[in-house]
Amino acid sequence: MSEGKSVIVRLDGVERHFGAVRALDGVDLAVESGSCVGLVGHNGAGKSTLMHILAGSGRADRGRIAIRGHEETAYSVARAQKLGIRCVFQELSLCPNLTVAENTRITHASLKGFGWRKRSAALIRAKLDEIFPGHGIDPSDVVGDLAIGQRQMVEVARAFTVTDEPLHLVILDEPTSSLDAHTAGQLLAFVRRAVDQGISSILISHMLGEILSTCDRVVVMRDGKVVATDTAAAFDRDRLVATMGGTRHRDKVAAVARTREETAVMVRARPRGQVAGAELVAHRGEVIGLAGLAGHGQTRLLLDIVRASTAARPGVTVGAPVALVAGDRQTDGIFPLWSIAENIGIRSLAGLKRGLLLSREREAALARAWQEKISIRTPDLDNNILSLSGGNQQKVLFARALGSDAGIILMDDPMRGVDIGTKLEVYDLIRDEARKGRTFLWYTTEMDELENCDHVYVFRNGRIVADLAHSELTEEKVIQSSFEEGAGAALRERAS
Amino acid sequence: MTAVRTLLARPWIWSFIGALIVWLAAILFTGGYGAGGMITAALSLAVFMVIVGIGQMFVITLGPGNVDLSLPANIGLASAVAMKVMGGSNAMIAVGLVAALASGMAVGAANYLLIRVLRIPPIIATLSSSFIVLSIDIAYGRGLQIKPPPAFADFTNIQVFGIPILAIGGVVFAFLAGIALQRMIYGRSVLAIGQNMRAAWLAGIPVERIRFFTYTLSGALGGINGALLAGYFRGASVDIGNEYLLSSIAVVVIGGTSVAGGKANVPGIWGASLFLVLLLTMLNTFGVSAGVRLLLTGLIIVGVITAAGGQKTLR
Repeated sequence: MSEGKSVIVRLDGVERHFGAVRALDGVDLAVESGSCVGLVGHNGAGKSTLMHILAGSGRADRGRIAIRGHEETAYSVARAQKLGIRCVFQELSLCPNLTVAENTRITHASLKGFGWRKRSAALIRAKLDEIFPGHGIDPSDVVGDLAIGQRQMVEVARAFTVTDEPLHLVILDEPTSSLDAHTAGQLLAFVRRAVDQGISSILISHMLGEILSTCDRVVVMRDGKVVATDTAAAFDRDRLVATMGGTRHRDKVAAVARTREETAVMVRARPRGQVAGAELVAHRGEVIGLAGLAGHGQTRLLLDIVRASTAARPGVTVGAPVALVAGDRQTDGIFPLWSIAENIGIRSLAGLKRGLLLSREREAALARAWQEKISIRTPDLDNNILSLSGGNQQKVLFARALGSDAGIILMDDPMRGVDIGTKLEVYDLIRDEARKGRTFLWYTTEMDELENCDHVYVFRNGRIVADLAHSELTEEKVIQSSFEEGAGAALRERAS
Repeated sequence: MTAVRTLLARPWIWSFIGALIVWLAAILFTGGYGAGGMITAALSLAVFMVIVGIGQMFVITLGPGNVDLSLPANIGLASAVAMKVMGGSNAMIAVGLVAALASGMAVGAANYLLIRVLRIPPIIATLSSSFIVLSIDIAYGRGLQIKPPPAFADFTNIQVFGIPILAIGGVVFAFLAGIALQRMIYGRSVLAIGQNMRAAWLAGIPVERIRFFTYTLSGALGGINGALLAGYFRGASVDIGNEYLLSSIAVVVIGGTSVAGGKANVPGIWGASLFLVLLLTMLNTFGVSAGVRLLLTGLIIVGVITAAGGQKTLR
């Protein structure tokens, strides 16, 4: 601001209340043109609420919004769009029944007349190619058929397309949480290029490394307030974590040297594409990682294991009841009309009965116990599930699975939108539960999370291509097997 | 005061208020004459809507696209089956009821099989099965002129202090259905499937078993309704169930159940059934022509749904 760069957006004393909850408690924020601002904070710190207000989809109870020096009084989504402010939300906003090209048309009213579909397709294809080379998405694909990572890529690319309206600021709310390391890297590199060309960006992320490497300035939020603002160079990981508050330093995972085969086999599963040989084996009390690039058959194998838990399936055997923690919570997890307590209890209905009827007290008790264990931030468990922030909704899904009778817990990249503090707590919880004899199958695209696993299987094109014990696990090995082409894989398969 | 407010916050209260207003309008017109009789008659007719309405409610709550359009044909066939099996003999009443129930369950199960095995959308599957059932009914019930057994016909007309015994049974049944919906695993499962079928499956709910049970339940209730109607109207006929195509859906919607699924309301079905029956009674006492009566029925239903639908949406 002092060096005379023009300020795109200035927020002054913005407040927002949801009943008794103060989501935003007097927030000031300024974004200069051609800069990337990182926004960090725990789940429920108010980041998403603030961005909704900036994008025009949420309303401030108090405070001022000025865009390019001009105070906005009747701010709305349409007004934001006209002023060149775009937002990529955490809850994906594409219409699942339309194609990629049709979804692009929705935000570009100028694509009309004959051949709009073709022009729309060209527009989005060019942008996808620019940001994510080798993305494998066709503009005629129906969005509902895309994997969550691909939907996220389309959403991001669409926000950066330009027709007749200007583009000054793009808000990215956890854009990398559904992307694997490779595409996340592509996106961050693109954001840097766009910023150098004068487009500003606000990046919200729980990956502190991304924030530090990509952003010019970092804003830290806690309990609805901005608690620190500084250049990215002035922060390091430890200072960020300390400023966000309330997390202890991370201990290196103490890998328990355990020999496999010590305990009974709980899961034995062979991916559909696998002809013979390699199969996934999980013993009681183990945490098994499923690695590789996003969408290479990990989720499919987890779903096959869910199916095998109720009806016999060739190639998959399961030794205990199964529960799944969904990663794509809108489609696979949340019951939007229900309270938090009902959402937690649904996997444990049989255990909540008293006589023939379900007991409200038992349901409430189960929910309370897990609220304490993984600190779900809410004044009342009878509130609707959608009153929670994204990360807290994810915690509810953990509570649902861990509170059930399941001996095998499947996790489908479940840490999307979960802050570091919570992640560390959940890691400990998983370790604890594994010690008590539960078996975990954990699909993740984060190297940090694989560190917590006793054994890791790397997937590529629907097959298991590598089988790594904890002691042999390195990031290079995982990346190498994720990308390894033709010859190596063929050799490996012949050998096995 | 707060009691009134919490009462007003219940979505089903509006259908009862509507029924009350319509009833008051009717007796105001007649100058108070026949007020009690009107309620007795309304209770007798409303109970038939309640029985099929509850079945329809469970089906609609399964989620978008789920609806049972085969109820009219199902009711018609079951009424014929019941009368034929009873054969006018008091000794065969129980057997006839079981036969009607079985006929209804068979139709419901067939509906589900069409939906599941042939993957036809429920609206088409139940509509086409209703044509088949109707043909069977026409062939089976041709020239059927069997009167119900006297004891059965009398039973459907018994009144206790002016309240039909069928209505008392209907209230007890609705109470049990409310328990099943809110406090039993079956009801919870239906509500979960209606909100998000995939999430319900992943949360370990036996989705297909629940859907099968629900369509069969709707069919079974249609079957029982057919037998009771035949007793009440002194004989079976092919078109005895015709009015229950629209009214079964209307009472579900007016009663506060979400057409989008996942949210259901049992008390509202009673209120809505009384409202619909009393509305017709009122228009009849006013002596309006058939055309005007249909027009007003349509407009009033739209009005009630708008008034009751003032629910806040989250976010």
